[in-house]
Amino acid sequence: MTMSLRNVIIKSALLFVLANVFIAGVDPLPALGRLSLYDGLFPGRPRLPFGETPDRAYNFSLYQLDAMFASHEIAAPKPADEYRVILIGDSSVWGTLLRPEDTLAGKINAAALTPADGKRIRAYNLAYPTMSLMKDLLVLDIATRYQPDMIVWLMTLESFPYDKQLYSPIVQNNPIPVRQLIAQHRLSFDPNDTAFVNPTFWDRTLVGRRRALADVFRLQLYGVMWAATGIDQDYPENYELRANDLEADDTFHDLKPPHLAESDLAFEVLDAGAAAVGDTPILFVNEPMFIADGANSDLRYNFFYSRWAYDDYRMLWNEHAQRNGWNTLDLWDLIAPGEFTNSAVHLTPAGSAQLASAVGAEIARLANNNR
Amino acid sequence: MTLTHILIFAAVALLCGALFKGRGRGWLMLAASVLALYWLQPSTPLRNLDFWLPTASLALTVIVWAATTASVPTPSPALLSSALFRTGEGVPNRPTTEPPNNLLTIVVVLAVVLAIALNRYLALCCITPTRPPDAIRVVVALVLISALTFSVSRLSGNYRLLFTLVAAIIVLFIALKSDPWAQALSAGLRTLTGQAADQASALDVRWLGFSYLAFRLIHALRERMNGKLPELSLQEFVTFVVFFPAITAGPIDRVERFVKDLRAPFTLSASEVIGGGWRIVWGVFKKFVVADTLAMIALNGINAAQVKSSLWLWVLLYAYAFRIYFDFSGYTDIAIGLGRLLGVKLPENFDRPYLRQNLTAFWNSWHITLAQWFRAYYFNPATRALRSRPLSPALIIFLTQFSTMILIGLWHGVTWNFVAWGAWHGLGLFVHNRWTDFTKPRATMLDTRPVLKRAAAWGGALLTFHYVVLGWVWFALPEIGLAGRVMRRLFGA
Repeated sequence: MTMSLRNVIIKSALLFVLANVFIAGVDPLPALGRLSLYDGLFPGRPRLPFGETPDRAYNFSLYQLDAMFASHEIAAPKPADEYRVILIGDSSVWGTLLRPEDTLAGKINAAALTPADGKRIRAYNLAYPTMSLMKDLLVLDIATRYQPDMIVWLMTLESFPYDKQLYSPIVQNNPIPVRQLIAQHRLSFDPNDTAFVNPTFWDRTLVGRRRALADVFRLQLYGVMWAATGIDQDYPENYELRANDLEADDTFHDLKPPHLAESDLAFEVLDAGAAAVGDTPILFVNEPMFIADGANSDLRYNFFYSRWAYDDYRMLWNEHAQRNGWNTLDLWDLIAPGEFTNSAVHLTPAGSAQLASAVGAEIARLANNNR
Repeated sequence: MTLTHILIFAAVALLCGALFKGRGRGWLMLAASVLALYWLQPSTPLRNLDFWLPTASLALTVIVWAATTASVPTPSPALLSSALFRTGEGVPNRPTTEPPNNLLTIVVVLAVVLAIALNRYLALCCITPTRPPDAIRVVVALVLISALTFSVSRLSGNYRLLFTLVAAIIVLFIALKSDPWAQALSAGLRTLTGQAADQASALDVRWLGFSYLAFRLIHALRERMNGKLPELSLQEFVTFVVFFPAITAGPIDRVERFVKDLRAPFTLSASEVIGGGWRIVWGVFKKFVVADTLAMIALNGINAAQVKSSLWLWVLLYAYAFRIYFDFSGYTDIAIGLGRLLGVKLPENFDRPYLRQNLTAFWNSWHITLAQWFRAYYFNPATRALRSRPLSPALIIFLTQFSTMILIGLWHGVTWNFVAWGAWHGLGLFVHNRWTDFTKPRATMLDTRPVLKRAAAWGGALLTFHYVVLGWVWFALPEIGLAGRVMRRLFGA
């Protein structure tokens, strides 16, 4: 009996070691991530997985891009009569505090826009709630695999500073594709930046990857709750409204007045994005923001931006786009202050509808021009 | 119990089984159980309550032992070492002094409690969730408990005392399980500790394992009242009541069976290690992998109102049904596995309950030890009492089954939801009883028709499973109104 116990222990230990070495050598996460019950057993999610309160949101943040995209409704086969528009951006486009039907994509789809060739314009929300153009480029690079007919890239100044580019968790935890993008587009970022999460051998073992593996599985399981409830975000009954009284501070990140230079902002990532999509038309949108009228609003527009910095940014953004012949919409002051919620860029359903009306009209115009 | 608790318990159990035999094993089990009582106690918002609640558990245990112990004369050393004495057989009932190990047990228990209390000054480890109270107060409390125990021991075996203790435990049980009473209790305790009474909540007094503790104590008291309680040393009694593998989720063992294992010589063999270890691993898998995964999609008070269709509501309800089974039976497997490593064969609590062909069979295979406890201490006495009255057998069956199930419901919490759950099962059991009576003469018909018999068996299992599953609606949801609405929605209303 003692012998059999010893054999059991030795064999179990051996199998455990072998399984760990195997997993360390062959990363199974991308393949596992692509196995999805979404768009089959469960409806695809209308936005990428994100959330910090899974028990209430039935959604959570993970860094497995393959699994994230496989859970999205964009992973379903493209219908022949669909004019596919992909929206890229931050939390304002993702739709913090908004139900899926109230997001920009939801409102554009509700408008049932039809270009002259009779196809249906269908907008897909591929925004992700962190502010970084590099993060947007990472998402855009993958989005191009899903047969887009048009890309709409919404952005705001907060996504532009160089110190923001590699500090989105999803960028840090996907060093391989980000490094490929840096090399492919000759971006000026350091591919060995300390911000990247570089897994050691132990991190790549079964034990080291247990969290990532569990996340891939959890994402499938939360599909039940998503399908059952249609909820993919925690909607608190009360939240703190965006600040109207601002601090007497006229700096922006580590920059001081009087002027921003183009080199202060990561316009090179926009160039990379424009190159990455090839012939697919792309619309760049400077997204709306809250304009405060409280204390120190003579110095600042809102919590994010001092006036001088934002004004310079708009000028640079328009000049850069014009130089490159890009399609743009500068909607910075489109929405009334009352239509912003808990941040200077998060909209109410009515604000989202107003933005959708402006963006939708431009999408329809460009779709007709590009026939 | 977390995975860390289980790992450490398994290590302690292995160590105990491997290194200690005879008396040493009993002492280690006692010390480990007392320590675990404090270690497993969750923190509460009330100051030092995470120390006082386990202390109260021990105090109650020692007091009940003092009230139930049959006093024996000082045994001779020869008698002391004989198997006859150790099994309690042939021992005179009225002693003049206690067997020596009782004093030693008191010393060991006091030493462990004091060591935990002194950790306030040493801060060596994390036995209690928060800093224990100061040593003076602990000493005063221990002196008071000892005095009370001594007073109770003078009346040992007194029927009124035993009855009073049963009643006191039941009242305390109701107070803890009923929201308004628990809130009032918390307010009182907050006043004592100088905390704001208006912040009191029913969730403040989270007494680790009190349900199981109460059942074991009442079992001992009732057995003593019936004259069936075996002679027990304090060490055996405390270990039985607060046995660390079974303190959080049972099973509810019977003292005479438990003590038989405790007294039997035990050598940890490879087969026990494999058997016990496998049971622990299986339990961990059931609880932490299957049940915790199902918990993400199981029906609860929040998602019940969010679900869009009846179909998904059924999915969430099935998830709840399997979650509660795997959670509870997983903990039982862990407890049984740990027990095996220590040489204690705890009773089984689950036996494939969802495959049973009728509700009576379900209740013979779901939380078996709880059902047996109620059968022994409520159902059978109540049936006997009603039989002496001019009532029809059917009415007696209805009254006893219905009230037993209501009490089992109330054991989970004094709320209308648990009453409804108990009533649901009480009615189900009665209907099944009547149906069995009705079909008994026709049952032989099926013997000649095997296909029909198999179909009836499958149909019975399916019907029973769904009746139980629907019953979970009352159990899972916090309000009876919501449960009623969910019940209607399940059928498309």
